[in-house]
Amino acid sequence: MDLLEYQGKQLFAKHGIPVPSGEVADTVDEAVAAAERIGYSCAIKAQVLIGGRGKAGGIKIAQNADEARAHADAILGMDIVGPHGEGPFRVDQVWIEGGSEIAEEYYASVILDRGEKKLLAMVSAKGGMDIEAVAAEDPDALVKRHIEPTRDFDAAAARAIVADAGLAEDALDEAAEVLVKLEEVAREEDATLIEVNPLIVTAGRDVVALDSKVTIDGNSLFRHQDLAEIADTVDDLQEQMAKEKGLTYVKLDGNVGILANGAGLCMSTLDVVAQAGGRPANFLDAGGGSKAEAIVNALEVIKSDQKVTAILFNIFGGITRCDEIANGIVTASGQIDLGVPLVVRLDGTNSEEGLRILAEADLPNLHQEKTMLDAARRVVELAGSAS
Amino acid sequence: MSIIVGENTKLAVSGLTGREGSFHGLRNKAYGTDLVAGVTPGKGGQDVEGVPVFDTISDAVTVAGANTSMIFVPARFAAAAIDEAIDSGVETVIAITEGIPVLDMLSTYWKAKEAGVRLIGPNCPGVLSPGKANVGIIPAQFFDPGPIGVVSKSGTLTYQIGNELKQAGTGNSSIVGIGGDPIVGSDFIDILKLYEADPETELIVMVGEIGGDAEERAAEFIAAEVSKPVVAYIAGFTAPPGKQMGHAGAIISGSSGTAQAKKDALEAKGVRVGESPTETAAIAAEMLRSS
Repeated sequence: MDLLEYQGKQLFAKHGIPVPSGEVADTVDEAVAAAERIGYSCAIKAQVLIGGRGKAGGIKIAQNADEARAHADAILGMDIVGPHGEGPFRVDQVWIEGGSEIAEEYYASVILDRGEKKLLAMVSAKGGMDIEAVAAEDPDALVKRHIEPTRDFDAAAARAIVADAGLAEDALDEAAEVLVKLEEVAREEDATLIEVNPLIVTAGRDVVALDSKVTIDGNSLFRHQDLAEIADTVDDLQEQMAKEKGLTYVKLDGNVGILANGAGLCMSTLDVVAQAGGRPANFLDAGGGSKAEAIVNALEVIKSDQKVTAILFNIFGGITRCDEIANGIVTASGQIDLGVPLVVRLDGTNSEEGLRILAEADLPNLHQEKTMLDAARRVVELAGSAS
Repeated sequence: MSIIVGENTKLAVSGLTGREGSFHGLRNKAYGTDLVAGVTPGKGGQDVEGVPVFDTISDAVTVAGANTSMIFVPARFAAAAIDEAIDSGVETVIAITEGIPVLDMLSTYWKAKEAGVRLIGPNCPGVLSPGKANVGIIPAQFFDPGPIGVVSKSGTLTYQIGNELKQAGTGNSSIVGIGGDPIVGSDFIDILKLYEADPETELIVMVGEIGGDAEERAAEFIAAEVSKPVVAYIAGFTAPPGKQMGHAGAIISGSSGTAQAKKDALEAKGVRVGESPTETAAIAAEMLRSS
């Protein structure tokens, strides 16, 4: 789960990392009122879960109320696309914070290194730009050190890292303290990525986190009540529905609705549909059980996406029995009117019995295929081109 | 031969008194696995269909002789249960539980490493050695004994490939589900090592997916250390960046962890990568015939 900039900064403040004070607003009037309270100059920053906001015009400095109004009006409601094609993300909220006089811009992060199974601290004196580009052009400018899981990460260890990165001598102690606290945020808040870019030194030589990018491990939310509340706010209608029904759903932008059992098989189903020339509308893992109720729920979520023109149901029954799933499909089709063709591929445990149940039910607009590849081709054909 | 589980496995199931634990534990027993104990704190002295239950895994080791632990404990207590199993003296811990916080696994991973205990999972379907033992939730009916070792991040996808291998007339030495979490006890490399050393395994099928760099690391390892042929499959070519695709570990972060990068890394080291599960099984069966 990714946090918005201001949510990350609130987490930083909780752990004693210096951040500019500010307010969040979701209307232009609120933004102007906040700017008036904070004073000028102030920064008006789009709150979306993606980098590259500055380049996209999502961060502006206001010198007075008129500018604050103009910037808030321009930023609220804009769509921002990420540097790797993520999104677009609609801006529903802005964060207004006091302007900072920037003397130096650094980069600091603590991330979970999956390969090495350790937290990794990274610091660079070249902050304020895309750190992947910095690392590619000038690898020595980015200092990377693993944090040993069996040892405390103390100020001395952190100071060695920030000193190696070549930060200004008079900022070393404060920067090291920030790095120690970033590691504390990782451990205590179950954050798998914490990035501060830029970490600035102000004209008054204070070290301040001017931005935040924080990812919280979704599996840890049971022990973080405050963060769990953030996770409950989902913008997308289908993703919200799926969450309420306890389904694992990811919205995509095509027109072929997908339901499969198991995350790996579901990803594979998306790929095979794409190879057949189609565009998947979603990822939906029906999970291990896949009883009638789960199938009704899944079909309702998929169908509520207006773009869907055909649905593929790809099941490999392991512990789950295909005859149960077939009965689930028959029950579900009695409860909801799909209105689009449904292609079903059942394989695995009791698949013959499942196929027989479906054949006997003779449901309108239901097509059976024996293999995953044939099912993918069929659903793409039935879906037509994405509108 | 086979790897990780086999005729010598003496299994203790943590969570045997729970619904999932008893269902799968007893299924494993019915398959022929030597299920010697269940473990549930406070329920020592009871039994589950004749299988004695102990309060601690240590008791299961000393009294019932368990050498393998399977964890079916709810996510928030699972890391502690794995830690307890690591300390108990078992050789292998197989953690099925999904949803364990990854930072809990960070310390548990190093604890297992230091103790020299083999940890499989979490968030995995377990390990099956066809005809010998099944520890986990893999439906054994799709797998016959044979010369192909399978290692996979995914459950159902593996059953799909296993079933196609069976229909192609071949079978498996073992099937190892390493799990779909960002940090798992054993990576592809750990399992590739075991298959390379296993005389019964002639060919290896490796099933990966988006997220992390375990497949890229495996590609390097295969080129340097594996003499047996390896066929791979990668899921998630159509996954968008920044979205978790079911498994906690299946996420493209920025531009890293893509399926294409993994496929490229493997192919650069001469590993054939199937386009679909069907093609992957077909390549494996064909390579076996021609070897």
